[in-house]
Amino acid sequence: MREIEAIKIKDAVRDLCLEANFDLSPDMRSALKNASLKESSLHGKRVFKEIEENSEVASKDKLPLCQDTGSAMVYLELGQEVLIIGGDLKESVNEGVRLAYDRGDLRKSIVSDPLIRKNSGDNTPAFIHIDIVPGDKVKIGVLPKGGGGENSSALKMFDPTASRKEITEFIVERVKESGPRACPPGILGIGIGGTFDTVAGLAKKALLRPVGQQNSRADIANLEKEILKEVNKSGVGPMGLGGKVTMLAAHVETAPCHIASLPVAVNFECHAHRYKEKVL
Amino acid sequence: MPEIKKISAPLDDKAVALLRAGDEVLLSGTIYTARDAAHLKGIPFKVKGQVIFYAGPTPGKNSLVGSIGPTTSSRMDRFMPDLLKKGLKGTIGKGTRSEKVRQLLKKHKAVYFTATGGVAALMGKKIKKAEPLAYEELGAEAVLKLEVSELPLIVAYDAQGGDIFEQGRKKYEVK
Repeated sequence: MREIEAIKIKDAVRDLCLEANFDLSPDMRSALKNASLKESSLHGKRVFKEIEENSEVASKDKLPLCQDTGSAMVYLELGQEVLIIGGDLKESVNEGVRLAYDRGDLRKSIVSDPLIRKNSGDNTPAFIHIDIVPGDKVKIGVLPKGGGGENSSALKMFDPTASRKEITEFIVERVKESGPRACPPGILGIGIGGTFDTVAGLAKKALLRPVGQQNSRADIANLEKEILKEVNKSGVGPMGLGGKVTMLAAHVETAPCHIASLPVAVNFECHAHRYKEKVL
Repeated sequence: MPEIKKISAPLDDKAVALLRAGDEVLLSGTIYTARDAAHLKGIPFKVKGQVIFYAGPTPGKNSLVGSIGPTTSSRMDRFMPDLLKKGLKGTIGKGTRSEKVRQLLKKHKAVYFTATGGVAALMGKKIKKAEPLAYEELGAEAVLKLEVSELPLIVAYDAQGGDIFEQGRKKYEVK
């Protein structure tokens, strides 16, 4: 067994929350740069320019890229030979979030109860996913996730005989209805298969890949290309002002499912896509 | 390249009448932040001529505002009939608004501006002064009075029924 101190996890979560909010990752920067060359609308070009300037100011002055510093989604891949010592794992994650959101002057955007709606004051609880994997390492990923993209997201239980075309149309309709709301140009995480609850998780997991990296299965990679092509025909454009570029990438994750089901979920992610990870 | 219009808040009917959907503007003057919770509790200032920014900023290191940007305006659509009747002249947010709001903007001669979302560090630099006005207990949803200088906005809905989102999409949609 390899021992890892809980305090190290707390520190890593804290640092990743801060880094994610201040520094736009290289894969996102380059996806934006490439897309900006394809955009012909004047308003669209302006938005791309603002995004680039913003990323420079944010990184230099340690200011959040977006004022919606998001729900702190934390993904842990815990090696099964790891023993966490010196503290409670989940509490350490929450403490890391608490510290980052306090010291980094990030926004406290969580309400403790969805109906009573009193702000929790410290951006906790974090939304923690833990997977047990072989080995003796801990991989920690942090995805601050804003409200706009989440509110555009959708799930549908299709008939098992539904075609790829029908699935694509469902996604394109969502993109059109969503319009400016999820701050395009962003990325789409799409889950296909699993169960009612896990398909949404697949859609979100699809966002954790480097931007534009295709699914390793050729037929799914083709579906990703097709979905991206079709959503960009919508004309929604950057911030919904009209343009050729509405999404930078579409990532699809699949999983086995029931013979009577074909669950599909689409999770929208905005252009302030913030994901950072570290391995302990 | 169409020229960028410089305007100042509070706004009057004359200023609103000059604006067209798609116009790029730089707004200076006094505006107020208010989101869902503040609207529900009641807007705590006289809205005649004023501009509301649907925003909840991050706290700054030495000021009330660090990064700031728009939230989805349609969530506040339900409060618009009353506020427009009382003379609210401008709102700043992101996203489309209902057809009803579009018609009310025409009727009451008011305008809706869209601000780019997610460029909040840049936008925060345009806030020269920020003071708390009400509902501080709401944290990020408190009402702030802001002095802004050249806040870059685009006219989304003008007072003549123009709609930039509809215009833009029609132009670039590939059937």
